[in-house]
Amino acid sequence: MKVIKIDKNSWTKGIDKSREAYKLFGPVKDKTIVIFKELEQGMFPEMEYTDSVLSAKSVIFPQTEKILGGSLDESIEDHHILKRPDTNYSPRAVLGIRPYDAKAIQLVKLNFDTEDYRDPYWCDAYEATTFIGLAINEPSAFDFSTLTDTGPFGEEGLDILLVDCKEEYLAKVLTDKGETFLKASGFEESANTKPSLKTIKALQSKAEKAITSKIDSSKIKDKTILELYEAPFWDDLAFSCINCGTCTYVCPTCWCFDIQDETRGKTCSRFRNWDTCMDPLFTMHGSGHNPRGEKTQRVRQRFMHKLKYFLDKYDKGIMCVGCGRCVKHCPVNIDIREVCNTMNSYEKQE
Amino acid sequence: MDSYTKKIRELASNLLKDNKVDMVIGFNQGTIPMATSPQVARTPEQALEFVWNSNCSINLANYLSNQKGKIGIVAKGCDSRNIVTHIIENKISREQLHIIGVPCTGMLDKVKISSSIDGEILSYSEEGDTITLKTKSSEQNIVKNDFLASNCETCTHRNPVIYDDLVADLVTEQKIDDPFKDVRKIEEMDSDAKWNHFENLLENCIRCYACRNACPLCYCPTCFVDESDPQWVGKGQNNIDVRTFHFLRAYHCAGRCTDCGACEQACPMDIKVRDFTRKLNKDALEIYGWEAGLTLEQRPPLDTFNPEDPDEFIK
Amino acid sequence: MENPYLPYPVRIDDIQIATEDKSLKTFKFVFLNEGDEEKFSYHAGQFAELSIPGIGEIPIGIASSPTEKGFVKFTVFKTGVVTSYLHNMKVGDIMGIRGPLGNWYPWDLLENKNVVIIGGGFAFTTLRSSIVYMLKEENRSKFKNIDVVYGARSPGMLLYRDELYEWEKRDDINMHITVDGTDDPTWKYNTGFVPTIVEEKAPKADKDSYAIVCGPPIMIKFTQPSLEKLGYKPDQIIMSLENRMKCGIGMCGRCNIGKELVCKDGPVFTLEEINKTPKEY
Repeated sequence: MKVIKIDKNSWTKGIDKSREAYKLFGPVKDKTIVIFKELEQGMFPEMEYTDSVLSAKSVIFPQTEKILGGSLDESIEDHHILKRPDTNYSPRAVLGIRPYDAKAIQLVKLNFDTEDYRDPYWCDAYEATTFIGLAINEPSAFDFSTLTDTGPFGEEGLDILLVDCKEEYLAKVLTDKGETFLKASGFEESANTKPSLKTIKALQSKAEKAITSKIDSSKIKDKTILELYEAPFWDDLAFSCINCGTCTYVCPTCWCFDIQDETRGKTCSRFRNWDTCMDPLFTMHGSGHNPRGEKTQRVRQRFMHKLKYFLDKYDKGIMCVGCGRCVKHCPVNIDIREVCNTMNSYEKQE
Repeated sequence: MDSYTKKIRELASNLLKDNKVDMVIGFNQGTIPMATSPQVARTPEQALEFVWNSNCSINLANYLSNQKGKIGIVAKGCDSRNIVTHIIENKISREQLHIIGVPCTGMLDKVKISSSIDGEILSYSEEGDTITLKTKSSEQNIVKNDFLASNCETCTHRNPVIYDDLVADLVTEQKIDDPFKDVRKIEEMDSDAKWNHFENLLENCIRCYACRNACPLCYCPTCFVDESDPQWVGKGQNNIDVRTFHFLRAYHCAGRCTDCGACEQACPMDIKVRDFTRKLNKDALEIYGWEAGLTLEQRPPLDTFNPEDPDEFIK
Repeated sequence: MENPYLPYPVRIDDIQIATEDKSLKTFKFVFLNEGDEEKFSYHAGQFAELSIPGIGEIPIGIASSPTEKGFVKFTVFKTGVVTSYLHNMKVGDIMGIRGPLGNWYPWDLLENKNVVIIGGGFAFTTLRSSIVYMLKEENRSKFKNIDVVYGARSPGMLLYRDELYEWEKRDDINMHITVDGTDDPTWKYNTGFVPTIVEEKAPKADKDSYAIVCGPPIMIKFTQPSLEKLGYKPDQIIMSLENRMKCGIGMCGRCNIGKELVCKDGPVFTLEEINKTPKEY
């Protein structure tokens, strides 16, 4: 394991240097909130943030993305034939992504990069990206990532893990991609590995201990889908839901999307947009029939997908990385920790 | 606020015990500091979970649309005004309702509080006008009135306008000299500045529709943004589509909005969407002398046709 | 791997009105690019996304049979934005087809078996594909008895009427055509709902019998008890489901029934499989 020392005084200079080879993205304070954005010249990642409202998923999976385009002008040869637009997939780097968000991208990858089909937009963006994580020294009260196989210093899906050690960052180099980025930034001063790892370890165990949320999903895999689906608690859990898309849009592991065609003059574009299972339109048939027309069915779908269907389908744990965003931002305080615990402890009455 | 909580529990559980209602809609304590969760009680025991504090900003009238049966509902001033609007608009009948009126002393602006406090808020309590917040390293007291949600700062209808019970004596209504100062500030901008203001305002919108869905006025079976045939609005992040959603929604609320603030409280991106509805509220007041939800006797101005209307355009 | 969102360009080669109320039309498409037809190699029971640039896409069962070469055929009910637009398109217009998508009826399993095909209304498209496939000379000997129960509201609402009457004349397939009702005195087939005709006319099941069912949810629901009475077990009842879809390749997330995605793990499931999953279709 290689560890690089980055003096905070040389941080912005290195970032600027990396721009020559990378398009940069990172957390940015915008008015009262923190969100991930492209870091244009003069912009630097906010490295002191507790949590961002939106995760970094949009770097790989933009909320609106043109996937095909064409012309409707019958006087030109290729009219009505759709083609993939030229999107720039030159190297990009996400700075300051939290470990749970990087892990989330690994979970989402299971959906977009499969044996049968490969989503070229998601995969190309993913492959172009170097993930530079920022360990969480002080987890927020909403963070329960230690209970979802991630933790504040989790390394899965990262190329580099930065650890804030006051005057400097210690950068754990996790992949070749990470090494290339550090070189391109001029961050090459090796730290003394052993003591650095010890420092990191100490910060890590302190951070992990600070997480006190309780969530237990250990018994969910032993219950059948129908047992949980038919459980009596869904109506009560769903009552307060207003069916907005907040939980799904702030969630780093939610990947559902819609495909929409638009035209402007004789030009047509096919877009994909984030979609949400909370919206009745999500499943509405052309006939008007809707298999998930009721709010309870939609709320149940969201939690069953995250905590049961995904678990059964991939055997990679639950589809939740414990970032706590949905808990924090739900306007009516529907709390996935409670739902998960309710599902976990549910025993069907014979 | 403990006396409010006690009284709400008592009234609600009695209503259920005496079979006067099938359910009562109120607030339960949330799972995180400064949060409550709308809940329904169908048994007297469940009603004992209800709470009241300065974080009950979601508008419970939103949970009434198309409900069947006899319903008890906890209602602060703005909720009661939206209940009036619901009754006028035939979403529910007065006879179906038993309104537990809450004389309100204002709700808090969570963002305002968290951005003025050092560290993450780990616990919350309130006693009269004093809010006590604990962070990892400190305990701080703040004065409630300094951190009111901005709609509560200018609210002049804190008392419920219709009710069957009251949980406390009516409170003195605020006298606000210039309730639309914020709107005038925008009105006075030149058109470029105005455009920039609104562009900037909506920049972070993710179209989660939390504002719309938290709004008791937004009960259309299919919202215009969700219509597919014809499709009025694109569904992506194109800023023309985003603006169209917000502009049209605001206009759809003209003369109906009670400025309850649920839209802003619900917005995860902290967008001040009331900048739109407030302007229309001001117009409704200045042009028609109208404030929404104060009377069951009259329909909102944009919802009435009067052959005697003195204006020419209507003929 | 190719871009699964990119449709093959096709030209509309023929449009036929399929039912008397004109709500269904059958479109015949030919591929514009050489080689695309081979790439679009499909099995009876699969579907495709019909893709109209600037308007949108719609998942439709493939009505032509893999044994029919040179074109692909879809019968489309006019209901939403895309299908209404399609109904107004003309022969010669260019659009796209994306697929083939989803799984298909289990043809390997059905070899040397008795097959009863049950369809209702306009959900007869992939069943037509299947019948044409099974009746093809080189395939017919692979199957034992073939029965078909197909019903529509009225004679004029039956799809592929000419073919139905041709099949009726053959001795290697037992046709049980039915309509809900008709005032046509010359109607010489059955009258009555599909579940009733199934109970009366469909063969009893033995261990080598399979039923393929495709139709509106209400028909599927009421056909199940009829098949049970005839002795069909849940693993002998094969159904094709529909749900709202967008991507058709198992990624966009909306068409799931439990952990199964109708577009990719389906649309064909046995009743045994469906019984283990939430009935969200």
